[in-house]
Amino acid sequence: MKATGRNWLIRHSSRAGIYLALLAASAFYLLPVYVLVVTSLKPYAEANLAGMWQFPSAPSLESFLRAFGQLGPHFRNSVYLTIPATLLSSLLGSVNGYVLSKWRFRGSEVLFPLMLFGMFIPYQSVLIPLVQVLQKVNTAADALHIPATLRWLVPGYGSIAGLAFVHIVYGIPITTLIFRNYYATVPNELVEAAKIDGANIFKVYRWVLFPLSMPAFAVVMIWQFTSIWNEFLFAVILTQNPAIRPVTVALYNLAGSYIVEWNVQMAGALLAAMPTLLVYIFLGRFFMRGLLAGALKG
Amino acid sequence: MSMRRISWDRVISILLILPSILAIAVFVYGFIAWSGWVSLSNWDGLRPDLSWAGFVNYAKLFANPRFQIDLRNTVVFTVLFLGTCIVIGLGLAILLDQGIRGENFFRSLFLFPMAISFIVTGVTWRWLLAPGDPATGRLTGINVLLDAVGIPLSRWYTDPTVVHIQPTSAMGQFLQQIDLGFLTTPNFGLPVAMISIVIAATWQMSGYVMAMYLAGLRGIPEELREAARVDGASEWQVYQNIVFPLLRPVTLSVVIVLGHISLKIFDLVAAMSKKGPGFATDVPAYFMFETTFQGDHYSQGASIAIFLLVTVSLLVIPYLVYSTRREAEL
Repeated sequence: MKATGRNWLIRHSSRAGIYLALLAASAFYLLPVYVLVVTSLKPYAEANLAGMWQFPSAPSLESFLRAFGQLGPHFRNSVYLTIPATLLSSLLGSVNGYVLSKWRFRGSEVLFPLMLFGMFIPYQSVLIPLVQVLQKVNTAADALHIPATLRWLVPGYGSIAGLAFVHIVYGIPITTLIFRNYYATVPNELVEAAKIDGANIFKVYRWVLFPLSMPAFAVVMIWQFTSIWNEFLFAVILTQNPAIRPVTVALYNLAGSYIVEWNVQMAGALLAAMPTLLVYIFLGRFFMRGLLAGALKG
Repeated sequence: MSMRRISWDRVISILLILPSILAIAVFVYGFIAWSGWVSLSNWDGLRPDLSWAGFVNYAKLFANPRFQIDLRNTVVFTVLFLGTCIVIGLGLAILLDQGIRGENFFRSLFLFPMAISFIVTGVTWRWLLAPGDPATGRLTGINVLLDAVGIPLSRWYTDPTVVHIQPTSAMGQFLQQIDLGFLTTPNFGLPVAMISIVIAATWQMSGYVMAMYLAGLRGIPEELREAARVDGASEWQVYQNIVFPLLRPVTLSVVIVLGHISLKIFDLVAAMSKKGPGFATDVPAYFMFETTFQGDHYSQGASIAIFLLVTVSLLVIPYLVYSTRREAEL
């Protein structure tokens, strides 16, 4: 009886310790969020002084309006960039994954890791040729007299289409990986049965694989949306023209400007983070699977 | 008839994947080769000049004091970043694995920074760790909290201090005697400013490590642990002898994923402190960015890029080979 009592105490005090540790960790992860929210609700005069941990004396959305005035057009650029690039790169990944799992050919086992390597490389090692090639695309478009109405579709240097194209190309490894691993779990018998029924390669995809693909599409689309929205290196190198810069680059420049208006910066940071945060809050389940797939764990 | 259709499907399957294969061949392997060539050329300035220079750019790079500092910074950052992420990530995963209430809530909370851009993280932590002006007492950020509880103030990422073994200390003199005097130079020290970057990076990535370890812990059958407990093993022994060894593959994945992120870290440094005082927070990727796209020293920039690629490859290629082999065995 006595021993049970002591065990009870140990068990419960260690429980309390676990919750205390978890709460302390929560404080660490929430610290920046608190500061972001509180600072962005303050006017400039308050945001600049030692009172950064205090609540704003009179919360106002003034900083958000100012941040939106500066980041708004870039926010729109990010939408124009991220949504088409996400859709196209998911479709491409799905087709690749289908071929590499259900239509394997000689050498496809060698090809796949060679493809995967592309998602680990430091993109610095391709940037110089990338800029050169995309500039050549513009030269070619000029020479071909592409009409102005279609010019925005040309994936050249300094255009949203060019940046989207780059994200689609360098998204091939991860999207292919997730779809291939997902389709590998679909029994080959299903595919064989459809083939015996006379289905060709497109019909097998359309009627067998594609209807089963929604979870994989969710994972891949959320992954690509988040990565492309948050990406900075390609964006800063390939968008010399300020008008087409996505929101990460605009936020970076806002933070680098001479007069540091912390309240506007924090509001801007919150705005820039909002779309991916909302996706995380509502579709976190799929985000998590994408993360784990990124470590080649399937 | 049937044979004919199958081989027709075969042709289409190749055609379907061909664009991606060509894209990877050109945009990954072709471009890497092209960068490699640029790194061996005389291209210095806006006008491309691909005449052969040999390994001059690499020799210049390794002789450059800034690059030597970058190497030190990369090693320091990688060790501290991986260390803290693994300790915090594994610790949180073990805590969450104790069947606690609100597990989903805590897990989502620890992981949410992963959904955010490194730029947002950098801008936010730059503000949190802004040192203010201790001389006039105008403090900002974390320093306000530290001041309130009487902890000495830090200059965070604006601190130029490099902690290293002093040549005049007993240890320093001993090292000089055994011809290891170079270990007493700042190039083998710890740049204090780098700790700020480690804090921000850990905030962003430790939840990911937690998620990976948690998935690993969930993969260990409860019967294994129960059997050890029945055999009289203490809870610590269960972890030491059963859980930790079974988590080794997870640790390997964590080291590969975080390691390659750490070697090529750029966004966070650019948004937080750039090269820092006396290059205290400079990293090769940032050096490459400045050299190439702000300084127009293309061949020099390409040599940094190729250096980055080689270090990342040394980490990733064995892992890819290992994963592929293991998958083939399954």
